[in-house]
Amino acid sequence: MAEQEWDRETVQGILASLKDKPGALLPVLHGIQDTLGYVPPGSVPLIASELNLSRAEVHGVITFYHYFRDTPPGEQTIYVCRAESCQSMGSKTLEHHIKQRLGVDYHETTADGAFSLEPVYCLGNCACSPSIMIDKEVYGRVTSQRFDDIIETIREST
Amino acid sequence: MIKVFVPRDSSALSLGAEEVANAIQVEAAKRDIGIELIRNGSRGMYWLEPLVEVATTAGRIAYGPVRAREVSLLFEAGFLQGAAHPLRLGLTEDIPYLKNQERLTFARVGITDPVSLDDYLTHEGYRGLKRALDMAPAAIVDEVAQSGLRGRGGAAFPTGIKWRTVLNAAAAQKYVVCNADEGDSGTFSDRLIMEGDPFVLIEGMTIAGMAVGATKGYIYLRVEYPHAHRALNEAIEAAYRAGYLGKDILGSGRSFDLEVRLGAGAYVCGEETSLLESLEGKRGLVRFKPPLPAIKGLFGQPTIINNVISLASVPIILDKGGDYYRDFGMGRSRGTLPIQLAGNLKHPGLVEKAFGLTLRELLYDYGGGSASGRPLRAVQVGGPLGAYLPESQFDTPIDYEAFAAIWAVLGHGGIVAFDDTVNMAEMARYGMEFCAIESCGKCTPCRIGSTRGVEVIDKITSGIERDKNVRLLRDLSDTMLNGSLCALGGMTPYPVLSALNHFPEDFGVSATEKAA
Ligand SMILES: Cc1cc2nc3c(=O)[nH]c(=O)nc-3n(C[C@H](O)[C@H](O)[C@H](O)COP(=O)(O)O)c2cc1C
Ligand code: SF4
Ligand code: FES
Repeated sequence: MAEQEWDRETVQGILASLKDKPGALLPVLHGIQDTLGYVPPGSVPLIASELNLSRAEVHGVITFYHYFRDTPPGEQTIYVCRAESCQSMGSKTLEHHIKQRLGVDYHETTADGAFSLEPVYCLGNCACSPSIMIDKEVYGRVTSQRFDDIIETIREST
Repeated sequence: MIKVFVPRDSSALSLGAEEVANAIQVEAAKRDIGIELIRNGSRGMYWLEPLVEVATTAGRIAYGPVRAREVSLLFEAGFLQGAAHPLRLGLTEDIPYLKNQERLTFARVGITDPVSLDDYLTHEGYRGLKRALDMAPAAIVDEVAQSGLRGRGGAAFPTGIKWRTVLNAAAAQKYVVCNADEGDSGTFSDRLIMEGDPFVLIEGMTIAGMAVGATKGYIYLRVEYPHAHRALNEAIEAAYRAGYLGKDILGSGRSFDLEVRLGAGAYVCGEETSLLESLEGKRGLVRFKPPLPAIKGLFGQPTIINNVISLASVPIILDKGGDYYRDFGMGRSRGTLPIQLAGNLKHPGLVEKAFGLTLRELLYDYGGGSASGRPLRAVQVGGPLGAYLPESQFDTPIDYEAFAAIWAVLGHGGIVAFDDTVNMAEMARYGMEFCAIESCGKCTPCRIGSTRGVEVIDKITSGIERDKNVRLLRDLSDTMLNGSLCALGGMTPYPVLSALNHFPEDFGVSATEKAA
């Protein structure tokens, strides 16, 4: 598969501003993912050389952490909480509904590129279970109906 | 101007607090009424969120749960004067759930504007630091030791002892690291305090710096907490501007710098040595101990690493004295624990109480029983590595030793309740699955054992060679308990075996076979 185009200048800018921090790799990866939505595999050699690390080290870090991704996400990412408190309030039914409704499984993106779906293990919103997060917004007491309403509202506003 | 409070807490936002705040602004403008809208933290009564409060001469009056479309009717009813309305809950401070608590660490949460330094100072903020600045480092450490505070992140290690080790370690550079990874499901007290009173954490870390001679602090925050991230950064900036952080703090000649770093969705990075690896920019592989982080921690230097609640409890200890804090609690569990009631409960939320009340009081007197109206069947205490307790153990007091005596843990104080529709074999299976997903991979029992565990539980529940597989599950659990470097592999048997022992029928095992 051909490597996606990625914005070298942006990555260089992020590296320049963060590389002197002690333990800079995570801040750098966050900076890149915040801006580009993912960490392009093609940027690994650049990151490695700027931070004096081996490519294997950078790659190892990207793959170790669930949050970092090496493929572009959908326009928005939906995180569904799979942990115990949400389970006690029916998250399994919700999870099933979301997968059906979007037609994707975890770690996949809808055909129209609108949504990526990711599992998450607790959002700290356990007093309002079940919970999901869409990009950086948390939603509590999410029923299947409420999920559909949220998605409708997002689709209408974009 | 009338003061109106609408929380900026992410759980309140998750239920529509932003829409409510907007609706209040719009309605007030429409009616030409001048209001001051304050975005406070949450009071922690989540079944009432979004909880709107109005300051009246009698005190703050609460209304909740408020939906945006009800706002204009609230204005109509005269809620700005505290008038009657079906959503009116009376004086906030008189709501029994709140009134019966002992809020020491959470004293200001929900009351103040979380990012207003002035508000913090008016509500007794920074009194602990001011006192600490006049004390010798060893005296600060003694005060913390005297309080009896034990780490609230899970392991309950005495905080004073940890600090003394760092104080006595000679090094040019020492660090204070706050563990704000809060990975445990069913817990949210760290989040609540970081969003609701970030200054108290900043003050606690600064005092820690003064106590051991550390000049640099990091807050390692989980990426799942964007609102906490924002609140912390706003508060840190305000503290720098006013001379409470940075060089020459309040003219004392001492300095302390503080920075927030984000995690990246790895549960194991809440384990302290994995967290340090992560802060250093590496994979979160757990380190062998010794050396302890107190001797060789971040970048090989002596490091205090404490949970958010541990550090946020330090300012009141320094302000009111170690004895004041120590007078709360029971046995060797001193002070208060912010307990998080989660899951299938009618009144989920945060309850800060002195150690010693029972699980049953929490579940029924505070929690109000199940949300579904069905009987409560099991509760998991202490996060995903905590044991499941059946009804017969609900009279256990909240006390580290009492929980240890029934092969359970308090951990970070999260309680997740399940009604009688729960299938405990599924919960056990999930426990193993979670371990497999989150294992750092360093030890075989954890990495491979957890995946085997899922398979074995599947066989048991499908009735394949049940007796043999139950024995296998117990052997496997033994291996994990004894052969794991950290508590992820080492404690996953807690939820698994407690489910099997207390609820054998869900595994298709009869109670008599259980004893075998
Ligand atoms: C797998 C694992 C995850 C942990 N997660 C957290 C966490 O999210 N927050 C935390 O404060 N402690 C966590 N701990 C406990 C820390 O290792 C450590 O005990 C704690 O940060 C010490 O601070 P304290 O003494 O103030 O509790 C975890 C431990 C393990 C084994
Ligand atoms: S028990 Fe699991 S998570 Fe802990 S060090 Fe071993 S492999 Fe890593
Ligand atoms: S368990 Fe789902 S938000 Fe905590």
